[in-house]
Amino acid sequence: MVGVVGAGGGALAALAPALLLAARNAVYGFALVPVLRGGRARRALEAQLVIDESTAMARAREDPRAAHRAFLATGLSVFVCWNAGTLAGALAGGGLGDPRSLGLDAMFPAAFLVLLAPQLRRPGAPVAAVAGALIALVLLPFSPAGLPIIAAVLGVVPALATLRRRAAIERHA
Amino acid sequence: MSWAALLGLAAASYAFKALGPVFAGRRAIGPGLRAVLDVVAVPLLAALIVVQTLDGGERIVLDARVPALGVAALLLWRRAPLVVVVLAAAATAAFLRALA
Repeated sequence: MVGVVGAGGGALAALAPALLLAARNAVYGFALVPVLRGGRARRALEAQLVIDESTAMARAREDPRAAHRAFLATGLSVFVCWNAGTLAGALAGGGLGDPRSLGLDAMFPAAFLVLLAPQLRRPGAPVAAVAGALIALVLLPFSPAGLPIIAAVLGVVPALATLRRRAAIERHA
Repeated sequence: MSWAALLGLAAASYAFKALGPVFAGRRAIGPGLRAVLDVVAVPLLAALIVVQTLDGGERIVLDARVPALGVAALLLWRRAPLVVVVLAAAATAAFLRALA
């Protein structure tokens, strides 16, 4: 988010994509409601750690305690590594070489694929995943950073139809 | 970008994160809502994989990340651990780029 701001441009031009990038964390916050514990103050504090990685690591686990531990560990790691990495990058500049030549950019989708896989066992999840991927694929060439991902939340709509159908079948059984 | 705008963005980004945990946090969750909360992050994570694999700055780019994700999927199917999958994906992309 600060990257978009730091890249220059007017405040308004910077605000929209920055808010789009941040908006997905609202969805993650709701996805983490069953995982988070304790009172309102503790939840408000831990909410600072809500991000792609901590959500993916937590929701890949079925046991709520293990999920909460994974959320905290990942959230804190990302927080520390992100800030340390930003400082190192600012100090070293281009001296570290191209991270792409080491394949570092290919690590992230691979890790998220591993963390998504166990979640696909939940009712409606495969439909939601395919719909979300298609929405991102269609929007990617036309939209600013962040929009393809937050728009993918609409992938829950066909998943809800699946869930409703299952509930109806269970009622009849 | 002024400090005021920067602080405003920081506040907004925290507000997004805290919305669910603070306001939906302590209520009892019924089975219907629970099923929705269990899948709501799934389409975003799938979209994240698509964007991280194909993004070329507002256009789709097919490069070494695609076969790297293929190798990752294969290893995942063979039940390889996370670290192995991630390192194999990086190695695949690095190898293909070194060849090019």
